[in-house]
Amino acid sequence: MDRSNALKTLAAVIGLLALVAVPIIADAAGSTAWISMATRILIYGMAAASLNFALGYGGLVSFGHAAFFGLGGYVVGILYQTYADETLLFGFIPGTNQLLVTLPATILVTGIAAAAIGALSLRTGGVQFIMITLAFAQMLFFFFSGLSAYGGEDGLIIRRTNELFGLNMRDRATLYWVTLAITALFFVIYRRLTMSSFGTIVSGLRQNERRMAALGIEAYRYRLIAFILSGIGTGIAGAMLANVMRFTSPDLLAWHTSGQLMIMVILGGVGTVTGPFLGAAVLLILEDVLNAWTENWPLILGLVLLVVVLQARGGLMAIVNLVRGNRS
Amino acid sequence: MLLIFEQILNGVQYGVMLFLLAAGLTLIFGIMQVINLAHGSLYMVGAYAGTWFAQETGSFWLGLPAGLLAAALTGVLIEVIVVRRLYDRDHLEQVLATFALILIFNQLVIMIFGRQPFFVAMPEGLQESIQLLPGLQYPPYRLLIIAAGLGVAVGLYFLITKTRIGMLVRAGATDREMVRALGVNVRLLYTVIFGFGALLAGLAGYLAGPIFAVQVGMGEQILLTTFVVVVIGGVGSIRGAFVAGLILGVLDTCLRAFLPGILRLVMAGPDADALGAGIAAMGIYLLMAIVLLIRPQGLFPAAH
Repeated sequence: MDRSNALKTLAAVIGLLALVAVPIIADAAGSTAWISMATRILIYGMAAASLNFALGYGGLVSFGHAAFFGLGGYVVGILYQTYADETLLFGFIPGTNQLLVTLPATILVTGIAAAAIGALSLRTGGVQFIMITLAFAQMLFFFFSGLSAYGGEDGLIIRRTNELFGLNMRDRATLYWVTLAITALFFVIYRRLTMSSFGTIVSGLRQNERRMAALGIEAYRYRLIAFILSGIGTGIAGAMLANVMRFTSPDLLAWHTSGQLMIMVILGGVGTVTGPFLGAAVLLILEDVLNAWTENWPLILGLVLLVVVLQARGGLMAIVNLVRGNRS
Repeated sequence: MLLIFEQILNGVQYGVMLFLLAAGLTLIFGIMQVINLAHGSLYMVGAYAGTWFAQETGSFWLGLPAGLLAAALTGVLIEVIVVRRLYDRDHLEQVLATFALILIFNQLVIMIFGRQPFFVAMPEGLQESIQLLPGLQYPPYRLLIIAAGLGVAVGLYFLITKTRIGMLVRAGATDREMVRALGVNVRLLYTVIFGFGALLAGLAGYLAGPIFAVQVGMGEQILLTTFVVVVIGGVGSIRGAFVAGLILGVLDTCLRAFLPGILRLVMAGPDADALGAGIAAMGIYLLMAIVLLIRPQGLFPAAH
């Protein structure tokens, strides 16, 4: 038991070192594009993992998580524009370009949004839940599309990445390490959460709501908190994406983005801790490789996705576990 | 006043088109419990195949059967190859598999027809506006769509309530196992229903050609609205799809037509237009949220 734990810790340390070393390796190999790709993988991984908490653990099939992803991006974008224009948002909120302010602001805004959307949506279930979450995301999509003060359909350019402790955030490697630090913190919390008694209750509600009710657990309250946490996590990822791309647009809120996040979750493995990160990496790299290879890449991506959904139950993590299980 | 009347007619026309799509979707939803995101692709297939055939032959009316046939065949094909495997899966897998189908169909259409949208002329004899009321000129083609939609609604009503197939459809929705136990080939029944839903989607797609552009992605635009119709009307209810389709069609059209003008009274022109368009597009989703919160099963829940 001790030995397997030690092995796990060792593997985690090696994995973390490898992740830290990505910019150095990329620089040595002369492909700096890898750094941007790795940064995006971390960010989408956070978003997919957050969705997975609601979807995989809680069984809440949200088709509207793009709403929180996009909201996170717009918090950063709008605060930056307010800062650059030296005006006050709603007449009393000053703008900012400090990451230490924009991230808590994102948590606040997406938390409130998730509480409102979740409180209403969780009154339904099944197909209706899928559709009502989609509806709320679409409302936000059209709202931001019509908000011409902040770019409307064209999106909002953020001239400079948010600042943090005087670091040179224009440097891609620095930005990657900052993202990695945030992702690592996120991962620790997310992993603790899935293993906590709260996470177990949320899982239990998915498996058998009546038994949980018999244990005196109020489903609605637990699900709502799970949904809020999931929305906040996705929002943080959206805020980081806006910082990395220095751009945010209604596209982030479009239903395709919700679909993309769901694909990452199912590709990696629904209800697994590391699966969504794996799924994000595979999907983004696959898109990139196929895109370079043929302009008809969506066709191939569609076929791959179809085969994965129809044939490979449990996603990539099922394969990983199979290999691991065989070895031990 | 005439302007309002005209917009309401436009709304009804849009509404019956939504109904044509929603009828198939709600049948598939209600009976097979499958969320079919690819329904919009069938609409696109009908539009492209029909329009292509009409351009080759030079006749709008010859394009119609071609579009219907292509959509129905495509529907049967994807039911047999993909959708059949999804009946026992959960909603998440259905959403993703049919999402994959959208990617595939969109790219196939780009490969065959290119990215340029097609613009289709109104059929011969229906190009001149006719006078409905003194001072109100209205294109007869739109009236034709309304007539077609109402015709399909009446036909479906008789099909479902008066015929043997309709009886099987209703029975299949209530208790699949019992129908199977009575010796009905449920698998074939499902394929037929799916193909029929695809046919209606193809009809809507082809008729939409002269009004909207025939282009890649046309299916997704209308698909989400169609889902809103299905959910508001009550999953599995044809009657609900009809009522909700008309309500949404009129609501959406009127909001888009009048909201920017109303907003312009209180704010600057371009801002009012952009915001008005945004809020108008939100309208149907807002209505769906409200309806679901008051009646979680929709306006006309299918009897189970």
